[in-house]
Amino acid sequence: MKQIYLDNAATTRLDDEVLKAMIPYFNEKYANASSTHFMGQEAKSALEKSRKIIAKEIGAKNHEIIFTSGGTEANNLALKGLFFWNRENGTGKNHIITTRIEHDCVLNACKWLEKQGAEVTYLDVDAEGFVNPEELEKAITDRTIVVSVIHGNNEIGTIQDLEAIGKICRKKNVLFHTDACQSFTKTFLNVKKQNLDLVTLNAHKIHGPKGVGALYIREGIKITPLFHGGGHERKLRSGTENVSGIVGFAKAVEIAKKKNNERMTVLRDKIITGILGIPNTKLNGSRNKRLCNNVNISFNNIEGESIGGYLETFGICTSTGSACASHSLETSHVLKAIGLLPVQSNSTLRISISKYTTEEEINYLLEKLPKIVEKLRRMSPIK
Amino acid sequence: MTILYSKKVMQEFTHPRNMGEIKDADGIGKVGNPVCGDVMWLYIKVRKNTKGQEIIKDIKFKTFGCAAAIATSSMITQLAKGKTLKEAEKITRNDVADSLKGLPSIKMHCSNLSSDALKRAIEDYEKKKKSKKEIKLQMEYNPGLQKYEPRLSVKKKNKK
Ligand SMILES: Cc1ncc(COP(=O)(O)O)c(C=O)c1O
Ligand code: FES
Repeated sequence: MKQIYLDNAATTRLDDEVLKAMIPYFNEKYANASSTHFMGQEAKSALEKSRKIIAKEIGAKNHEIIFTSGGTEANNLALKGLFFWNRENGTGKNHIITTRIEHDCVLNACKWLEKQGAEVTYLDVDAEGFVNPEELEKAITDRTIVVSVIHGNNEIGTIQDLEAIGKICRKKNVLFHTDACQSFTKTFLNVKKQNLDLVTLNAHKIHGPKGVGALYIREGIKITPLFHGGGHERKLRSGTENVSGIVGFAKAVEIAKKKNNERMTVLRDKIITGILGIPNTKLNGSRNKRLCNNVNISFNNIEGESIGGYLETFGICTSTGSACASHSLETSHVLKAIGLLPVQSNSTLRISISKYTTEEEINYLLEKLPKIVEKLRRMSPIK
Repeated sequence: MTILYSKKVMQEFTHPRNMGEIKDADGIGKVGNPVCGDVMWLYIKVRKNTKGQEIIKDIKFKTFGCAAAIATSSMITQLAKGKTLKEAEKITRNDVADSLKGLPSIKMHCSNLSSDALKRAIEDYEKKKKSKKEIKLQMEYNPGLQKYEPRLSVKKKNKK
């Protein structure tokens, strides 16, 4: 059977060049980067070289990058780290502002922090998934620690205007964090131009290895670590560095090309146009300010899980916006936030491409999909 | 798929049997699931067998739902077809799930939908049968007098 992978928002294939760069750090240069001998120094130098590559990519200083085990940890470290530092230092600040369309790791960290005494504001978004800067400004109080807004949304692909939000945060003197896991290397991201104080990154969405990520923390910002141990990563993240993974992460960043983004944009638009040609379909998220690899469509009166299931019989892997397909039956909080009814959420399919996606694969998808939709609609009693 | 379905579920989902509607159905069972918003309609056609028992002669479904909902729809039509109404009424969600070689626990409600729809269709049939048996005043054309006149008729449903 064919294997057509269109779920790149979930994770991506490791690039062969990345794999090649990583291998020596498993079986040749495997020393602990904290060891003082020459083998340790070899690992240390690879680690620092990687840090430099990632820092440069977002306009940061090398020491402002803290490696973590991925996006989840980086988001937790940012929010919990800030909250607990403020509590420990008696600043009187306990307020976090975020949105209703964050990744679960931000939302659930916030929910947990509420139990620890944090006050959290969850900003609404408009029908395309944008935060309203005025509303955000109004939400800021003198107890606000940080504003955390996802950059490129993992479900609907909407890219927030970080620069506008960053300006407000600077003006109001609150910290600004963004989760850039989906947008990293796909769209402009610069900590200076966008006034970013903390940024979450990870490797596995950009053809790097899973289990590796980073948190950018602007110089001078203090946070309390989640892990206590040997004091690695400027005491902010103890634990022997995952050198092979970090080398792979840096390699993935190094080889990311604008040209690939442009190609993906063309393919993405072809998918969008093709699917919107099917009657009674609707694109979710912004049409223009959108991740170059994301398509998210609601098909009325049929279920996303069923569409995905039929696509799978042709070897096409996609993902649903619906909960029916995941482990709970709750519908997606992101689709709900942009105003979709549960039935509409359940009829949603996410198609996410990568640099490996070919035009031929998209043609195949666009050939099969209308027939599947027709079949399922014939099956549906709802008209 | 995120949820692991049995081979049988996937087979029924991708090649459902008895999909469609029966235009002059004797009973229709319409059910919806409040949890997930899914909807299932079952149409039945009832006839008497040689022993004079009422049996489900034909059955078809229309479903808006997940893979499990479609598979259970297909399965229940196969389980019910040819059964007497009494037997059909007794089909449980577990019978449907078992015939599908199991359903993930989070998807058990999907088979509820199918057994409920079948019960509802049978109830609908019984209700219609009762009301149709009632004596009705009807106007009938009398060709001799060349006019309509009232006439009492006992109309039975399942005319052959
Ligand atoms: C926007 C976003 N944030 C965070 C994460 C979590 O990252 P990780 O899987 O590296 O923990 C993901 C993806 O899984 C994501 O899409
Ligand atoms: S998830 Fe609702 S019927 Fe299957």
